[in-house]
Amino acid sequence: MSKIIDNEVIQSTTAIVTIENVYILIGVMVMFLVVRTLQDKQHPKKLTTALFWFLFGSSFLFGDLSIALFGAPITYLIVGISIIVIALLAGCNLVSMGSYSVLTDEQQTKSSKLLGNKLFIPALMIPVVTVIFTVLLNGVAINNVYLLDQRHLTLASLTIACLLSLLVGWKITGGSPVEAVSESRRLVDSIGWAAILPQMLAMLGGVFIVAQTGDSIKELVTLFIAPDNRFMLVVLYCVGMAFFTMIMGNAFAAFPVMTAGIAMPFLIEGHGASPAPLVALGMYSGYCGTLMTPMAANFNIIPAALLDLKDKYHVIKVQIPTAVTLLAVNIILMYSVVFND
Amino acid sequence: MFDLNYWPLIGIPVVVLGFALRFNPLLVVTFAGLVTGWAVNFDFITLLQTFGEKFMNSRQLASFVLILPVIALLERYGLQQRARDWISQIKTATSARILTFYFIVRECSAALGLLSLGGQAQTVRPLLAPMALGAATNKYGELPKPVKDMISAHAAAVDNIAMFFGEDIFIAFGAVLLMDAFLKENGIEGIEPLHIGLWAIPTAISALIIHLFRLARLESKIAKAIVKYNAVEPSI
Repeated sequence: MSKIIDNEVIQSTTAIVTIENVYILIGVMVMFLVVRTLQDKQHPKKLTTALFWFLFGSSFLFGDLSIALFGAPITYLIVGISIIVIALLAGCNLVSMGSYSVLTDEQQTKSSKLLGNKLFIPALMIPVVTVIFTVLLNGVAINNVYLLDQRHLTLASLTIACLLSLLVGWKITGGSPVEAVSESRRLVDSIGWAAILPQMLAMLGGVFIVAQTGDSIKELVTLFIAPDNRFMLVVLYCVGMAFFTMIMGNAFAAFPVMTAGIAMPFLIEGHGASPAPLVALGMYSGYCGTLMTPMAANFNIIPAALLDLKDKYHVIKVQIPTAVTLLAVNIILMYSVVFND
Repeated sequence: MFDLNYWPLIGIPVVVLGFALRFNPLLVVTFAGLVTGWAVNFDFITLLQTFGEKFMNSRQLASFVLILPVIALLERYGLQQRARDWISQIKTATSARILTFYFIVRECSAALGLLSLGGQAQTVRPLLAPMALGAATNKYGELPKPVKDMISAHAAAVDNIAMFFGEDIFIAFGAVLLMDAFLKENGIEGIEPLHIGLWAIPTAISALIIHLFRLARLESKIAKAIVKYNAVEPSI
């Protein structure tokens, strides 16, 4: 849930590392992988896999340029059509792993013995440099040009950290950044469609907002409410938060709907519940839902791919006992602390 | 009394059914979007534009791909082996202890707002999972795939749970600001982000206790799984 909402922060003037530049960098990287995929002679689904990533990469590489040149409506329409094609390619199972030149276990062990603990340096650099840059370059500007995009400070810092650590990795291993990006095709392909799922879900959330799905859910939930039963109201709010988060994949999307639908009218106004613990525990109940849903793809499905798990739902299955217990704890906690009388 | 409009809800059963029938999630989600748009009489072109706009505006979600080249490079030169060898020098290290230690560090650092110190791509895959696997390999020898998967899945879960329930204590975190803004918008005054952050602490501690309790039992689960596997093995 690390999408930081920084809306209030200074509307961007200009910056050197802007979010648009980061997108272009991602676009270049994905396009490079498309070329490598096309060069992969043993790839079983070469053309369709390349098309899949090309369409994805295009929205990063050409998206902002196209908005500037042709306007937003046309660009959004083209991206919208691309999304349908992306979904069909993935749905018809036309996107797959290719072939990769992997070193044998012995070769890797030999290299790891040779390089020793120095191998950890670039890996540890990513988080450490990200944190340092986020803290140190917050608000730092030269001639009114910010060094980092102030609205996306973490992402801009992460990008710089990745680039620096690539250079240090080059120095330590002798493997150039080009080699590094080529190597990453193995990881990107193993993640596959899951890499795009978070954005697809954000898109669905957007459609739900326009369709006012939240209002309908609110009305639906109120059908089940017995306004006098405090305990059931607390249960309904917490379980509702968890359940709606599982549907949307994100507690932030569930929060306004359930809080405006149940917590505000029935618990705060109806029973004088204390707002601060109520909303905090409500949000946490949503997080319990995040742990149990494939819709939170970047936390639950992408790791399963990254760790090469046989069962894509394995991470979720491990998390369910903790999530359910914690949800019960939240309900009891909420019931015992929010009412003052 | 029931003037409830059910049509905007149609996407929800589509998503649930689609996942249950194991269709590709991208297809399920796109289809749910199309059906929802159709149900509320959206113009098709406008719907496609909404798709495109929301997709473009959420591109920051794909930023994890930037981490992959350096991880892939280091893995080619033996990072995972190194992580395993390093942990094998620490004789008292077990999978459960490593995960427990990581959980505590991750939750505390998240509570201080240092969210990017960990993550599935940057720490779990290259470091945490290999170390947890290495400690178990040390103890039991080569691990069967189901046991490997169990330990790796626990490594991923530890990162998620520790981060989720630590981050809300940090008052400048998005969720806290979102809650604060919501209350102010709805005319509830006198609540500071600090109050909300404080009320995150009981759940954060509960998460710590519950999950560490489960991790404490992980070692015996691994041992049992190994015994189970070895009982099948000799026949092969």
